Amino acid sequence: MNWIDIGHVEDIPVLGARLLKTRIGCIAVFRTAEAEVFAASNACPHKGGPLAEGIVHGQKVTCPLHNWVFDLNTGEAQGADEGRIATYPVRLENNRILIDGDAVEQRSAA
Amino acid sequence: MSKQKLVIIGAGMATGRVIEHLVEAAPDAYDITLFNAEPRGNYNRIMLSPVLSGEKTYEEIVTHDDAFYADHNVSCRFGEKVLKIDRELKVVEGENGHVPYDKLILGTGSDPFMIPLPGHDLDGVIAYRDLEDTERMMSLGPDNKVVVIGGGLLGLEAAAGMAARGVDVTVVHIMGHLMERQLDEAAGYLLKKSLESKGIKICLQANSKEILGEDGKVKALLLEDGTELPCDLLVMAVGIRPCVALAKGAGLAVGRGIHVDDQMLTSDENVFAVGECVEHDGALFGLVAPLYDQAKVLAQTLLGEQAAFKQKSLSTKLKVTGCDLFSAGDFADGDTRENIVFRDPGRGVYKRLVIEGERLVGCVMYGDTADGNWFFDKIRSGESIDEMRETLIFGPAYQGGAAVDPLSAVAALPPDAEICGCNGICKSTITDTISGGATDLGSVRAKTKASASCGTCTGLVEQLLQVTLGDDFQMPQAQPMCGCTDLAHEDVRRLIKSQELKSQAAVWQELGWTTPNGCHVCRPAVNFYLIADWPIEYQDDPQSRFVNERKHANIQKDGTFSVVPRMWGGITNPTELRAIADAADKYNVPTVKVTGGQRIDLLGVKGEDLPAIWADLNKAGLVSGHAYSKGLRTVKTCVGTDHCRFGTQDSTGLGIKLEKLLWGSWTPHKVKLGVSGCPRNCAEATCKDIGVVCVDSGYQIGIGGAAGMDVKETQLLCQVPTEEECIEIVLAVTQAYRENAKYLDRIYKWVAKVGLDWVKETVVDDLANRKTLVDRFELSQTIYRKDPWAEHAKEKADTYAPLADLTLEAAE
Ligand code: SRM
Ligand SMILES: Cc1cc2nc3c(=O)[nH]c(=O)nc-3n(C[C@H](O)[C@H](O)[C@H](O)COP(=O)(O)OP(=O)(O)OC[C@H]3O[C@@H](n4cnc5c(N)ncnc54)[C@H](O)[C@@H]3O)c2cc1C
Ligand code: SF4
Ligand code: FES
Repeated sequence: MNWIDIGHVEDIPVLGARLLKTRIGCIAVFRTAEAEVFAASNACPHKGGPLAEGIVHGQKVTCPLHNWVFDLNTGEAQGADEGRIATYPVRLENNRILIDGDAVEQRSAA
Repeated sequence: MSKQKLVIIGAGMATGRVIEHLVEAAPDAYDITLFNAEPRGNYNRIMLSPVLSGEKTYEEIVTHDDAFYADHNVSCRFGEKVLKIDRELKVVEGENGHVPYDKLILGTGSDPFMIPLPGHDLDGVIAYRDLEDTERMMSLGPDNKVVVIGGGLLGLEAAAGMAARGVDVTVVHIMGHLMERQLDEAAGYLLKKSLESKGIKICLQANSKEILGEDGKVKALLLEDGTELPCDLLVMAVGIRPCVALAKGAGLAVGRGIHVDDQMLTSDENVFAVGECVEHDGALFGLVAPLYDQAKVLAQTLLGEQAAFKQKSLSTKLKVTGCDLFSAGDFADGDTRENIVFRDPGRGVYKRLVIEGERLVGCVMYGDTADGNWFFDKIRSGESIDEMRETLIFGPAYQGGAAVDPLSAVAALPPDAEICGCNGICKSTITDTISGGATDLGSVRAKTKASASCGTCTGLVEQLLQVTLGDDFQMPQAQPMCGCTDLAHEDVRRLIKSQELKSQAAVWQELGWTTPNGCHVCRPAVNFYLIADWPIEYQDDPQSRFVNERKHANIQKDGTFSVVPRMWGGITNPTELRAIADAADKYNVPTVKVTGGQRIDLLGVKGEDLPAIWADLNKAGLVSGHAYSKGLRTVKTCVGTDHCRFGTQDSTGLGIKLEKLLWGSWTPHKVKLGVSGCPRNCAEATCKDIGVVCVDSGYQIGIGGAAGMDVKETQLLCQVPTEEECIEIVLAVTQAYRENAKYLDRIYKWVAKVGLDWVKETVVDDLANRKTLVDRFELSQTIYRKDPWAEHAKEKADTYAPLADLTLEAAE
């Protein structure tokens, strides 16, 4: 894997998220109440709601537009709603947030 | 054909049920004679504990009154003990005479076991079994001391009931933890802690040695270790023994209890037995649920129908308010068994599941028992839990697909799901009864018995009523806030105030939230309640706010935002308009719209541009219009005396004053105001949350208007002569609404709940209270009456930008 440093954990509020711009689109990077981060597609499969603006609770996020809830581990929509958001490998090292560059960058053919 | 003579010995919970089934199915089949040693008919014995604690009266727990027996021609011989049964002659001998029978039922229940300690026959040493015992305990008060021997279900209910009356209670228990038959050590520990917090003293591993007396009356309990516990009454609740003396004397087959087969028949073909006095397949019984099953089988047998009694696993709850425990199935450790344990010492929650193979066989829970019935269902069905092993302990809310909303959870239950454990009533029986015309709890109870015994399933039955009847059923109790708690909004508000909970973590911990940090439903509500009640101590939590309130702009369907600057009272000027026009140009705002509340909306602003556009607007003196908030929105005004030929007061000026005082305040739902200069009402004040209509003699203040999904006209709160008083009333009513309403109730919904009269009393008539409301509002406004845009533009601008931009790095 190709871990890229994208910021300090304190850059994201506890139970909050920030956006990460990548060549495959916007990714939301979430921080839970534990020392824990998750990364997933920012676009809700329902109507494209920006998930980085949602309310984070437990290891889940609620979409701000129509309240779909997603599990950040699996990306699966919870309850009766059906859908999934892509999730990306991300980890914390000495409070720095590292994301797997291979997963979020489309390498040019070179 | 002449009727058969049926004699029943004992008017207890089991035989009471037999009689009900009999008279319902075949009122003319038997001539019934009912003996009871207690001088009364059937009552709900298990509810003696609520009678003891004062939560119910004896009258409320009587299940069969004189009229019932008269209506069904039951000859009652209450207060008369049966001394002997002559099976040869088929006659029973009561204290007052003989009665012949064709069929006989023994329902003699159990005798409380009294440890034969020296002194056990002193006056003031009692058991806990019947109304007499209960009344004896109820006669005590704060000046009395009591010792209860036995830390099981009965002993603890007795102790808690007396403690609730202020009695000084000590529980002496021989084992290392309380309720060891139903609970494991960890749960027993938590139970002890919460009973101690009710003022009950608890001595564990305590061996009683002797009961000391004085003049034939109990004085103290002496323990092996020499401790002397003084008492005016000593309650022994150490267990029960089936009451078999009569059956034994009659030569029936008796082991520990009276032997019965699957039809409840004893060794004599004309004699049956039912209830706690029986032994069936080696087992004894001490809870009502199986007794009710037995009663049903016995009634069917007596009517010549095929029926067989089967033992099922049982669940236990303790009827002590504030001690939530639940245990079911078998939870002994074993080689083939595996445990899943969840603990939250902070919240006092403990849950343990015992799994054998791929089945759930037992469960013990303390502190949070909301999922108890769900686990119990799994134990009884014996279904494979392999699929959900990992998340099983978190209950149904965590199992994919299961709804978090309690109503949909009830709706989703299969028809044969058991709702009332005591009476074995399943969902379809209840819903059929509802469809058959039972529209309230009372009639469902009367027709099905569901929730008529211990009452813990009352909520479920009510939810079934709601699911089945929809809007035709008015839920008497408020719904839980969300899946994270059983508490309703009203309860949470009350507890935040009374327990002085000043952080969200304190609310979750002390009120037993089942999730680690709430959800999108409860967090915004709790955040608001804390702001409203503790404006100084509590720090607003942006992460518990819906995006609009976190970013101080309305999110649009494409993820952009709208920006609405405040225009006090709808008044603006060329400088402001220029600044708005410039901002619209600079940030490529696609749409500029005049809103319904007399403001200008810039729609389609990119999230990253928000801090910059705010900074530009701020320079022209424009601040946030809070068009996104559950808080003060706009004060709509008309031109009033300044220009209008009909104006009676300065409506524009008053509107601006009100907006300057109220802006920035958070409220349960949005608050819109209108001030009209005369009853022509051009500012539409009579459909606003708070509306002022100026008249010659002063100001008419109305509240509870709305023109959204519901259109409501304001109701007149009062008329006041001066502008000053008008402002005071508006601030006071806003604060009363902030302190009392449920989150997301607009003023009209709140007033519908508390009543206009109450609002009048608190904010209009009670001048002192009005003043304190205004003071508390002002105190809160010292924190919140400020422009969030300026603050965010200055201090938080970078949080509006992406964390990183990997597209740029890749290009470099
Ligand atoms: C901008 C505006 C429409 C317009 O272009 O005129 C508007 C726009 C929205 N209204 Fe409204 N309402 C607007 C005037 C009204 C009015 C008329 C009025 O205030 O004079 C009403 C009826 C009066 C009333 O509130 O009782 C109104 C009743 C609602 C409701 C229904 C409220 C209810 O209790 O039934 C909602 C939904 C809600 O608040 O939960 C709503 C919600 C919304 C939201 C916030 C929907 C949302 O959550 O995204 C819209 C935001 C649009 C945006 O992105 O900016 N809007 N909305 C008006 C802004 C008023 C202002 O100047 O601040
Ligand atoms: C305080 C308390 C709380 C309880 N709480 C619960 C609970 O929450 N949940 C639960 O499931 N169970 C609870 N129980 C247990 C439940 O009450 C019993 O399981 C149930 O009452 C037993 O019913 P029964 O008909 O077998 O006997 P009983 O209800 O005891 O009735 C037997 C009757 O027979 C009479 N009798 C006995 N011998 C004779 C005779 N020779 N002649 C005439 N009459 C005679 C007795 O006077 C008595 O009235 C509780 C019990 C008590 C005391
Ligand atoms: S009526 Fe209000 S909420 Fe509905 S679309 Fe128009 S602005 Fe949006
Ligand atoms: S767009 Fe996410 S729930 Fe509708």
